[in-house]
Amino acid sequence: MIPACPLAALPRGEALRIETDPPIAVFHTEDGELYAVDDTCTHQDASLADGWLEGCEVECPLHASRFDLRTGRVDAPPAKLPVRTHQVVVQDETVYVVPSDLPPNLPPGVRTTSA
Amino acid sequence: MDSVAVVGASLAGLSAARALRAQGFGGRLTIVGAEPHRPYDRPPLSKEFLAGQMTTADLALEGEGEDLDAEWRLGVAATGLEQGRSLRIALADGSAVEAGGVVIATGAVARTLGDGLAGVHTLRTIEDAAALRADLDGARRLVVIGAGFIGAEVACVARALGLDVTIVEAAPAPFARALGPEMGTALSGLHEDHGVRLICGAAVRGLTGEGRVDGVLLEDGRRLDADVVLAGIGARPVVDWLDGSGVLVGDGVVCDTGGATSVPGVVAVGDCAAWFDPALGAHLRVEHWTGAARRPATAVQTLLSGGAAVPDTLAPPYLWSDQYGLRVQFAGHTLPGDEVSVEEGDLASRRFLAVYRREGRTVAVLGVEQPRSFTRWRRRLNEPAGAR
Ligand SMILES: Cc1cc2nc3c(=O)[nH]c(=O)nc-3n(C[C@H](O)[C@H](O)[C@H](O)COP(=O)(O)OP(=O)(O)OC[C@H]3O[C@@H](n4cnc5c(N)ncnc54)[C@H](O)[C@@H]3O)c2cc1C
Ligand code: FES
Repeated sequence: MIPACPLAALPRGEALRIETDPPIAVFHTEDGELYAVDDTCTHQDASLADGWLEGCEVECPLHASRFDLRTGRVDAPPAKLPVRTHQVVVQDETVYVVPSDLPPNLPPGVRTTSA
Repeated sequence: MDSVAVVGASLAGLSAARALRAQGFGGRLTIVGAEPHRPYDRPPLSKEFLAGQMTTADLALEGEGEDLDAEWRLGVAATGLEQGRSLRIALADGSAVEAGGVVIATGAVARTLGDGLAGVHTLRTIEDAAALRADLDGARRLVVIGAGFIGAEVACVARALGLDVTIVEAAPAPFARALGPEMGTALSGLHEDHGVRLICGAAVRGLTGEGRVDGVLLEDGRRLDADVVLAGIGARPVVDWLDGSGVLVGDGVVCDTGGATSVPGVVAVGDCAAWFDPALGAHLRVEHWTGAARRPATAVQTLLSGGAAVPDTLAPPYLWSDQYGLRVQFAGHTLPGDEVSVEEGDLASRRFLAVYRREGRTVAVLGVEQPRSFTRWRRRLNEPAGAR
């Protein structure tokens, strides 16, 4: 489990990037849900934490593909692949991320340093 | 409606076909495309594909295994549209497609200099990109005519390949048509940062060379040596095939805010279409990716509902461009006289966010390497000032 931040530091409607490898974005929706996905868009090198959060979807800041934070599913091109999702746990007012074991869908040209 | 024909098999046409199926259209769907290829993406043609970092397969717009249950008529152009009991599209091979509804998505073609010299290029198709790349390999000097986004992106790739690059622009600043003169001037430094020579306020008189281009002559008498020339002087909508069809055409197919044309059962989308933009109070042809990808859903709604619901607002035009590794984003539409102010970052660092205002309204926003705040501003466009 990776500590992300104190719950109080992530207000509703906001997002945070954790500098894991690859980086992870944590979102706090207006409805109070917490979600985590890989921060890098599956289309190109853009940070989804910089994107526009609406309901439980985030719109990529570059070319506006929308990802469902619950499933990682992408709604429309240019991104074609889903973004990997991670589990979020809140314990003692702290937000933690349980990173997924599945391989990430990183865009061409972006690599993890470990892989 | 039991049958729809989509004319033009690129981004806007594919997006329309997807929207038709997504909105429950179960009838016969025919997609006519003049190019022999399945739909492919054009933005990389001046970027990663030209640079050799992307392959033809990477350009595919369709998802793996995607099946729209459509009849594809590729490699054959539509030559006319006739209204009768149904709509009839004549094709170049002499055959025809009859349909109850038509989506016009024939896009645009690059304006040319009208010179038959070898070594002179335009960039619109995959073949154009391959031919340009082949010519750049082994060339020493590239002259780009026109400082628009595509020209500047090609300049950037050519620099990385080691060519000596000059951009010639008739206007006083680069990107002036899209971004206005102030921000255009602000971005001119980008070229110089990367060793690209930029000559503005210089009209081109003609090209020199016999059989193959060897130079560009300017009106002021200067001559620039060139092994390769790229004309990046804009595109014109492909609408000539609609002559005599009754579809009203101006700068592109004239449409309302829902994509309806002057002919019932016919809508138009993408680079060939000029939709009425209420925020501007005028028809505006938009030549950007996002419009060609998103507006078809609205147009298909218009088509399937028989034009029952015309939206009263339109998402503002949005474009992005990669300039020397910097992400440039622009949303809205600027007119001469708009007030421009830099709200974040600073021009000298080439990372900034600038906002355009007209009569107290925020009408456009430009971001260079500012994705997060850019999105926020983009969402607020056309709200009265103070509403933040
Ligand atoms: C090199 C390049 C780089 C670009 N970069 C960017 C960028 O960075 N950001 C951005 O926002 N936008 C960019 N664009 C613009 C973007 O690609 C276009 O807005 C988009 O392609 C428009 O899609 P469209 O389907 O309307 O038209 P098009 O892509 O032009 O497609 C129209 C299709 O219709 C076909 N057709 C034409 N006439 C007929 C006929 N009579 N019958 C049948 N078929 C016909 C054509 O062959 C073509 O395949 C770029 C464009 C180019 C060329
Ligand atoms: S980088 Fe996210 S959609 Fe293109």
